Amino acid sequence: MSEHVDSVKTYTAVWLILLVLTGVTTGVAYIDLGAFSVVVALVIAAVKMLLVALFFMHMRHSTRLTQLAAAGAFLWLFIMMAFTLADVWTRGLVGTPGR
Amino acid sequence: MNTAAIEQRENYLNAGYGLKSWLLTKDHKRIAILYLITVTIFFFIGGIFASLIRIELLTPQGDLVSSETYNKLFTMHGIAMIFFFLIPSIPATLGNFFLPMMIGARDLAFPRVNLLSWYLLVIGGAFALFAMLAGGVDTGWTFYTPYSTTYSNTWVIATALGIFVSGFSSILTGLNFIVTVHRMRAPGMTWFRMPLFVWANYATAVIQVLGTPVVAVTIVLLFCERAFHIGIFDPALGGDPVLFQHMFWFYSHPAVYIMVLPAMGVISEIISVFSRKPIFGYHFVAFSSMAIAVIGFLVWGHHLFVSTQSVYAGLVFSFLSYFVAIPSAVKVFNWTATLYKGSISFATPMLYAFGFIGLFTIGGLTGLFVASLGFDVHVTDTYFVVAHFHYVMVGGTIMAFLGGLHYWWPKMTGRMYPENWAKLSAAIIFVGFNLTFFPQFILGYLGMPRRYHVYPDEFQVLHVLSTAGASILAIGYLFPMFYFMWSLRYGEVASANPWGATGLEWAMPSPPPVHNFDEIPVVTHEAYDYSTVVGEGVEVG
Amino acid sequence: MAEQAHAHAESLALREQFNTAEQQKESSTFGMWVFLVTEVMFFGGLFLAYTIYRNTYPTVFGMASTSLNAVIGALNTAVLLCSSFTMVLAVRASQLGKRKAIVIFLILTLLLGMVFLGVKAYEWNEKFVEHHIPGAHFHFEGMAEQGPAQLFFTLYFVMTGLHALHMVVGVGILSWLLYHAARGRFTAEYMTPVDIAGLYWHFVDIIWIFLFPLLYLIDRHMK
Repeated sequence: MSEHVDSVKTYTAVWLILLVLTGVTTGVAYIDLGAFSVVVALVIAAVKMLLVALFFMHMRHSTRLTQLAAAGAFLWLFIMMAFTLADVWTRGLVGTPGR
Repeated sequence: MNTAAIEQRENYLNAGYGLKSWLLTKDHKRIAILYLITVTIFFFIGGIFASLIRIELLTPQGDLVSSETYNKLFTMHGIAMIFFFLIPSIPATLGNFFLPMMIGARDLAFPRVNLLSWYLLVIGGAFALFAMLAGGVDTGWTFYTPYSTTYSNTWVIATALGIFVSGFSSILTGLNFIVTVHRMRAPGMTWFRMPLFVWANYATAVIQVLGTPVVAVTIVLLFCERAFHIGIFDPALGGDPVLFQHMFWFYSHPAVYIMVLPAMGVISEIISVFSRKPIFGYHFVAFSSMAIAVIGFLVWGHHLFVSTQSVYAGLVFSFLSYFVAIPSAVKVFNWTATLYKGSISFATPMLYAFGFIGLFTIGGLTGLFVASLGFDVHVTDTYFVVAHFHYVMVGGTIMAFLGGLHYWWPKMTGRMYPENWAKLSAAIIFVGFNLTFFPQFILGYLGMPRRYHVYPDEFQVLHVLSTAGASILAIGYLFPMFYFMWSLRYGEVASANPWGATGLEWAMPSPPPVHNFDEIPVVTHEAYDYSTVVGEGVEVG
Repeated sequence: MAEQAHAHAESLALREQFNTAEQQKESSTFGMWVFLVTEVMFFGGLFLAYTIYRNTYPTVFGMASTSLNAVIGALNTAVLLCSSFTMVLAVRASQLGKRKAIVIFLILTLLLGMVFLGVKAYEWNEKFVEHHIPGAHFHFEGMAEQGPAQLFFTLYFVMTGLHALHMVVGVGILSWLLYHAARGRFTAEYMTPVDIAGLYWHFVDIIWIFLFPLLYLIDRHMK
């Protein structure tokens, strides 16, 4: 299945963008953005992840099934985090059963 | 067909003799047999612990064993049964053996990974067995912190390591099944022509792949905290012991669906064959397997109702726990509808299937009881919960496992089991099971706590009934051990399709040849198409 | 003659459970992706713990994070990104059947991977010297409550430690690949092992892409 051979140019461009984004995320960390800091950091990390996944891991050429599997992994991670945080962040608001 | 001819034809059992040919096999059928031996051993180990528990509970005093020892008994009973018997049982034995055949493949996608996953179960089991023999572990199979990380003086790490390793056995089996079902189906074997047993194992595999890694990393953290005295769950350091519970149950709840989904798959096969009818609502049953797998990941907080989990989260988890019962109910309705106007035969597998439907329904309904936040506050950590999960795990999964073993025994071994002994055993098991566990619902409702061996005198009658039931159940489980072994040498020689079943596994000789198919079949019929099968009929004694 | 050689290479590599080389390749690739799904959930548990504790102790986590060297962390991140670049070039070379190029790029990837591990070892040693390793000798200056700071460092060591373990396994896989690549085992028709090893390597890189900002860059502006 060697139909899609990406060019060295494409890979080099992605690589350079990744390095730039690493510099950006490091630099931005020194600026006070308050609660927004973590959002910016995660967005940049997510972009880097997508670049690596789509281009280096060839996900943009892969089957729907593979893309579904990758998306599923993140959905499940989200479920695990969301439901656990739903507990941790709402504790003590009403009280504990039996008390 | 005479015995001599059977023994001359090459099949997966006689193709290669000697330990090496088994321990280094890549044949999914041989690996299935290796798994069968392993899980059976752990079933009996778990059974020994259960026996000791039930004997101790004959009297209200803690007179047979000390409290510390009793803690070890129920802990090791749970660990042996859950991690080393129930979770691998149906997928790694019947699933391994029949999934490739059912979709028209020569083997799983990754045979060597399959063998590796068996070795991982054995290695993990060895760690756990070592811990049991060296003094045991007493934390409960749930390993709650901080007892497991800080205060317990037992072999926590060795046991946890054993579970960790066996977890990878489960993950690899799941991975193998997923890739196999997606990529190795024979031409014409579309998703909706696959037997429902394949759908069930596929849904199970999805759970294994998404859930098990979380308990694995939880065990890593438990290990770090206990071995290096660094706290991640330690309240003294600002850690949260309930975080352990969240991470643990994120896997361990879906784990119960790993245990029950394949069982439901077996029941679908058996109900169809012994009603001689296609399963009613095939698509609904297939989709319900996937629904159980997905929704099963959204309910784990119902194990934390009284653990200081927030009430809001508790409400959400409670609601979703009701929701997850729906696809299970869909299956029960569809199995029942399949029976209607079917040509029912009461062969042993069918007896187990009937048992499953009744007992799983009771277990599932009582699951709804405990899913209710208010009710659960009263019955949590009582024998009500114990009875609930034994109804689904034993009345459900183990019944289905035995049903499946009897159904597929002729195909796996080329021999029939003795039908009358089998029917007798099924009856004994059914009676023994209900006598053991029904009193426990009452006990729990009356307030008998779980994991206690000292109790008020007024509970003794119910406990004695339960122990009597357990003795009967034990006898019931021993019979198949003996007659299955007996049948290997003296059982009636089985033909390719003694039940007149559909499915590709019945289109090949019993026992099957090494490579399953000489030529990969091209599938043109729907699943459970009985018009294509020349039935030999079922002899009902 | 060329077709015969290709068919030969194909049939040598085709395992008996598969019907075609294409089925084998697709299965292997999909199998690796499914494995990476399990890895997402495996590391995910740690990210969950991290999220909860950072949210509970934001100030302490910020201070603890600042005690890490962000410049070294950033440079190490760049090293790993470069290794992903060389890895994908190795995969590309194997798609084109260029034996020498495969070998060179695999060697570069290996070297960069080992540089990363070396830097991590240096960083951990720094933490050891500063008494930031959780346990009996833990002490984080300027803080009365040592607990939450210790939580941060427990997460730091478990997460980067698990990541490093995956890197070590990756180095092992790459070494095995290099051995076979040098022997000309990979051709345009059969480069699946390089392909799926690449997937693994990139995944481990992605984990670090998240670890770096979450561990090193929490509250740098508070200096």
